[in-house]
Amino acid sequence: MKLRFKKGLDLSLAGAVKSSEISKYEPDECAIVPDDFSGFIPKLMVREGDSVKVGSPIMHDKISEDLYLVSPVSGTVKAIIRGDRRKIMRVVITNDHKYECVSFDTKATVKELLASSGLLAMLRRRPYDVVVRTAVRPADIFVTALDTAPLATTLVSRLPNDALTVLTRAVEALSGLTEGKVNVSVGDDWTFGDLPGAVMHTVSGPHPAGNVGVQVSAIAPAGQGREVWTLDIVTLYNIGLLLQTGVLNPWTEVAVTGPMVASPGLVKTNPGAALAGMLKDRTTTDAHLRVISGNVLTGTAVGAEDSFLRFPYRQITVIAEGDDVDEFMGWASMKPSKLSVNAALPFSRLTRLFSPDARMNGSRRAMIMSGEYERVLPMDIMPEFLLKAIIGRNIPEMEALGIYEISPEDFALCEFVDTSKLPIQQIIRDGLDFLRKENE
Amino acid sequence: MSKLRKLLDRAKPHFSPGGRLSALGSVFDGVETFLYTPRTTAPANNTVHIHDAIDSKRTMIMVVLALMPCFFFGMYNTGYQHWLAAGCTTFPFFDLMLYGFLAVLPRVVVAYVVGLGIEFIVAQIRKEEIQEGFLVTGLLIPMICPVEIPLWMLAVATAFSVIFVKEVFGGTGYNIFNVALVTRAFLFFAYPAQMSGDDAFVPTSTPLGFGPAVPDGFTCATPLGQVATTVGDSLSITGVDGAAITSWDAFLGLIPGCFGETSVLCILIGAVILLLSGIGSWRIMLSVAAGALLMGWVANTFASPVYPASYLTPVDQLLYGGLAFAAVFMATDPVTAARTSTGKVVYGLLIGIIAVIIRTYNNGYPEGAMLAVLLMNAFASLIDWCVVQTNISRRRARFAKLIKD
Repeated sequence: MKLRFKKGLDLSLAGAVKSSEISKYEPDECAIVPDDFSGFIPKLMVREGDSVKVGSPIMHDKISEDLYLVSPVSGTVKAIIRGDRRKIMRVVITNDHKYECVSFDTKATVKELLASSGLLAMLRRRPYDVVVRTAVRPADIFVTALDTAPLATTLVSRLPNDALTVLTRAVEALSGLTEGKVNVSVGDDWTFGDLPGAVMHTVSGPHPAGNVGVQVSAIAPAGQGREVWTLDIVTLYNIGLLLQTGVLNPWTEVAVTGPMVASPGLVKTNPGAALAGMLKDRTTTDAHLRVISGNVLTGTAVGAEDSFLRFPYRQITVIAEGDDVDEFMGWASMKPSKLSVNAALPFSRLTRLFSPDARMNGSRRAMIMSGEYERVLPMDIMPEFLLKAIIGRNIPEMEALGIYEISPEDFALCEFVDTSKLPIQQIIRDGLDFLRKENE
Repeated sequence: MSKLRKLLDRAKPHFSPGGRLSALGSVFDGVETFLYTPRTTAPANNTVHIHDAIDSKRTMIMVVLALMPCFFFGMYNTGYQHWLAAGCTTFPFFDLMLYGFLAVLPRVVVAYVVGLGIEFIVAQIRKEEIQEGFLVTGLLIPMICPVEIPLWMLAVATAFSVIFVKEVFGGTGYNIFNVALVTRAFLFFAYPAQMSGDDAFVPTSTPLGFGPAVPDGFTCATPLGQVATTVGDSLSITGVDGAAITSWDAFLGLIPGCFGETSVLCILIGAVILLLSGIGSWRIMLSVAAGALLMGWVANTFASPVYPASYLTPVDQLLYGGLAFAAVFMATDPVTAARTSTGKVVYGLLIGIIAVIIRTYNNGYPEGAMLAVLLMNAFASLIDWCVVQTNISRRRARFAKLIKD
């Protein structure tokens, strides 16, 4: 199936990765952050001082008890950081740089293997966009081979040239987990041809075309009584690799990007790697920087304390924080350097690459302008009315307007363009969590 | 750091809770965010980290900008009509502008002081930021009223509509009816003598003693006022000096009428600004015009002496009265208009149609644009509801089919 999305928006930001050269960075510490895995309620399985290998279980989910988060490196558990009400914020592991791996039993069932190796936790399910339940067989599985987010690098180049057999193996394994089909959406950069056993879709269009949720919505939407699982092509490859070799791939490729990065580039490192060393010579020492683990639309801003690579472990973006800027009558400014897609700032068209900072550029208002969100949301959903239903906790209306199809990331661009500066992704996350609590 | 910024930083503690002037906290906040873009940055997670540079302040200021051609023309025309009424034959440009300025300035000041005053107080009580919606409303109010409306009436009407149409619903963004139009409606029904009739629309006073004197007892009705009282089937519309008014005069706007809404040319310039900046909805503007032309054509085709306005051509329906202004600046208010694309077209069409129906088939009201917009404000949510229901049914059908397969 050909999917051609028209709505959406490609933001041109400074700091894109230009060379395909990859440097290697072995972090001294890695962290696992359970918050990255929405819906995962962590139960610790290690204590401080325990020694672990690549693939050793660190915690499991309290709902699906056989769903694990595992160590990305070998070494010792350095610290378990807790927050309010003893919530587990992260588990920090010291890397001994030996990369000793746990050998998984490849004769176990696929689901057991995936769950115990931590790879199943990298999948998401819709409705709700949270980690999967191991007891459920999804109606379909969707894989996206695209990342269209601002400054993101292609996912396909992260796969080795001979990845086809590994991917085929993974598709075959996942097919056994679902009632339906394994759907793989690929872009122009796809070089592997059709994957045997998978339904292939060709996707084109501006961001968020690469978001798996947008693709699912166009192909066969999720809904009540129809749960689908989603993942990206790199996770699919890692699944294949695990099935083939019995060990977990401890490496991930990260694009270090953003207007405040002196030399944007690709770095091979471990999931959850400490960022301080990785970014040391790449950014200025200015205190007013925002290091985002992820892209500018959906990533997490990390501080000095919790500066670790966060799921999905593939991009870092550094922008100016902007909390030290005094802008006189900014609402009247027509500076071409202001990032805007709005015609009320006509001169922004003249700028080719923007270097925005993290300021809200205005204060929060009620929803005033209409039709803003629709232009950047390529789904058959009426975003404004759905958001109002969520804010009002009107369950029948949320369901009718399509809350089961969406995830916060699909609405990230709506939040970007919003004149009223509403926290749209947070509203959706809260709405999904509220409904899940009601229904499950 | 600039001196102004330092001054604000020094003053800030006094206006913060616990400070001596904390009762004026919302005012300070309003001034500060007006002068300097807030430094607030995005939260750490579940958020976008960059935001479009557009904000509600800029949106509102674009609308104010779009109103400026009409406003300046209103100043000129106010002077022009006064000079005509005084029987003058020369029309010195700057004198006319000054006269218009002196006539309208007190109305603008009263509207802003009363409206913003209430907004400031409410913001302080609610501990919210002052919102900029009234920047536009406060300018619209004097533009859609006769220029000589007594100031106290304007103050009462503005206070009424800001409190009962906006604040009780929750403030900017929550109102059902257009605040400026309700102000006008309030005046229209509470003080009909000052809002209609033959002596309301031509300025006869001399503010601060400026301008030529107009003979006592001078009257001249607006074109639509004259149409409504026509007997027989031949319309003759005359201006202040007794000369006939042509469609071209109406397009330029040199006719008696409310301060800001006579010139279709300037309204079109405003429309272009709103459309180019992406703030006004072309769907609504076009569909109001289409609805008015359609209904004007129907009325004109079945013209009858019982309804003299039916002798106006469809284009004249758009050129006279406040319909063009309503189409561009009133119907397009995003808060009170329909919010779905299809809904906007239906909403606009109905405004155009109803405005002409009221004008034509109700001799008691020479102008129907205000009532048409207010009526459709009430129905906007219903129109949207219907559009949303079609989306819901389509989605439901698609999902049911998917489950069945």
